Amino acid sequence: MSKELWKGNEALAEAAIRAGAEAFFGYPITPQSELLEYMSRRMPELGRVFLQAESEIGAINMVYGAASAGVRVMTSSSSPGISLMQEGLSYIAGSEVPVVLVDIMRGGPGLGNIQPSQGDYNQMVKSAGHGDFHSIVLAPSTLQEAIDLIYDSFELAFRYRTIVVILGDGSLGQMMEPVEMPPFKEWPNERPDWALRGAKGRPPNLITSLYLGAEKLEALNLRLQEKLARIKAHEQRHATFMAEDAETLIVAFGTVGRIATSAVRQARAEGMKVGLFRPITLWPWPEEALDALLETGRIKNILVVEMNAGQMLEDVERIVARRVPVRFYGRMGGAIPLPDDILPILREMQGRPAGEMAATEPVLA
Amino acid sequence: MAIATLSTEKPPIEAMEVVYKRPESLAEVQTHYCPGCTHGIIHRLVAEVIDELGVREKTIGVAPVGCAVFAYQYFNVDGCEAAHGRAPAMATGLKRVMPDRIIFTYQGDGDLASIGGNEIMHAAARGENITVIFVNNANYGMTGGQMAPTTLPGMVTTSSPYGRDVKTQGYPVHITEMLAIMPGVAYASRNSMHSVAEIRKTKKAIRKAFEAQIKGLGLGIVEILSSCPTNWRMDPFESLEFIRDHMVPVFPLGEYKVHDELKRRK
Ligand SMILES: Cc1ncc(C[n+]2csc(CCOP(=O)(O)OP(=O)(O)O)c2C)c(N)n1
Repeated sequence: MSKELWKGNEALAEAAIRAGAEAFFGYPITPQSELLEYMSRRMPELGRVFLQAESEIGAINMVYGAASAGVRVMTSSSSPGISLMQEGLSYIAGSEVPVVLVDIMRGGPGLGNIQPSQGDYNQMVKSAGHGDFHSIVLAPSTLQEAIDLIYDSFELAFRYRTIVVILGDGSLGQMMEPVEMPPFKEWPNERPDWALRGAKGRPPNLITSLYLGAEKLEALNLRLQEKLARIKAHEQRHATFMAEDAETLIVAFGTVGRIATSAVRQARAEGMKVGLFRPITLWPWPEEALDALLETGRIKNILVVEMNAGQMLEDVERIVARRVPVRFYGRMGGAIPLPDDILPILREMQGRPAGEMAATEPVLA
Repeated sequence: MAIATLSTEKPPIEAMEVVYKRPESLAEVQTHYCPGCTHGIIHRLVAEVIDELGVREKTIGVAPVGCAVFAYQYFNVDGCEAAHGRAPAMATGLKRVMPDRIIFTYQGDGDLASIGGNEIMHAAARGENITVIFVNNANYGMTGGQMAPTTLPGMVTTSSPYGRDVKTQGYPVHITEMLAIMPGVAYASRNSMHSVAEIRKTKKAIRKAFEAQIKGLGLGIVEILSSCPTNWRMDPFESLEFIRDHMVPVFPLGEYKVHDELKRRK
């Protein structure tokens, strides 16, 4: 198959369609709107469901309804819209229906701006709503990876009856890259036995997150925790770049992971032993792999780079558990960390003179 | 001895005509509703209509957050429990992916007229083919009788202890009138539970609201004035009188919108 030039948001939409998305409900918001617009053209063409909802609250609850019917349904939004979806996401998690959600993050807090950001890390990874639950959070760093991840997201969502989040940022949504689109997936016709399809020849099915007795609700929570443990055991994914002999390790996800790859290349050209660890699943965080790298004893220090104030940093510090020093470089509000910003820090960490620092230097730690 | 004779002389089962039984669409469980509350009667009316239309096996009910939160346990149909006010959105999702199924929401006045105002307005604007059973008891029953958008002017509730002052707390919201002017709405009626005659009319209205959906005409809504003896601090009879004497004047009964296709049938 040959490569074609695609725009991020549209590529995600087409890949989701080929993955088997049967219904899309959403609400416009920059820098995600092209995904919704693409769906509005393409879904009717294929006889599938597209509906522009009255709000993100409406959209996520429509998604909840369609998911309750055992249908492969998705929505997409950007940070402020995701905040509005949190109520619905919590209900969806409590009811254990499968949903795919794309969050193309923008700068916050509040209305913020429409520049790329990773400020929703905590919102998506730690707490996408009230109560104890986690979604599977996938963080692509290239368009091709985004396509490949969303292509398998419905299987993941249905296997675990969970929410699967594709967490990208404005630059991923807006960039154009040559990519390979996968073929249309075939799905069997039958629906899961828990789905609401009408109680024909069976007792009624029920989709609810309401369990009034403490014992019943604790039982649900224990079941959810058991499921999360299974996900943790089987779904940790990561990538490394030149990490085999690295002494200084950059940890970065998504777009920043890609930028960090360039920083690693430049550092290597200067003869520094620098590598990259890039989590692909942000929940479950690939802690076993990072732990294994640390256990080799080769890693002397770690630099976490993010487009936020250090949200993932807390997870890395937890896993590193003071075995080596952890530094942080973050940009916010739509500013993007560049290899030239990262290199002086790497030199310092490698015990060399930092050299010329970049013009922009809010080094936070 | 006489009693024993009586019991053995029961006529054979086939000879008896059943004139009243539990609708198949009503689950055989006890409800949790307070004595004198009319939610239970409304459940029965909805279940009878679902039976009569022969759609039980393809019906999916969407329960609200409110006293009817367990409605899904009381109907013998597939069911789910929406977030507070979001039932019309959840119903939209269900209906759009299964246009041949019958989807109804069952919502209170806090749920539908307050927190879910946006969801019901836009479901109506889109002309979603769903049926909405809207139970108006002029207060937030489940949370202890606070003021609702439908609370009457001057009415004392646990959060309007001096009586609802329209100057600062606004006026009752007339959802049925508001929806009736929307082209996407095929049927809009306000009914009441305060007498047997009105209960009969309510059932007819519910039937039309389901027929509108079956015929694909658009959204059907039946607002039902309902009693809340516990929170109104009244006995069940006083409650029914309160509906008749105080609620009906503020919320006039009647059909506000009837699609032509629903008029034609007798
Ligand atoms: C988001 C949210 N806000 C508030 C509540 C608390 N709550 C539960 S039921 C209810 C009011 C329901 O009143 P109504 O819809 O009038 O139905 P009724 O109980 O009178 O039948 C409220 C405010 C909630 N569950 N969720």
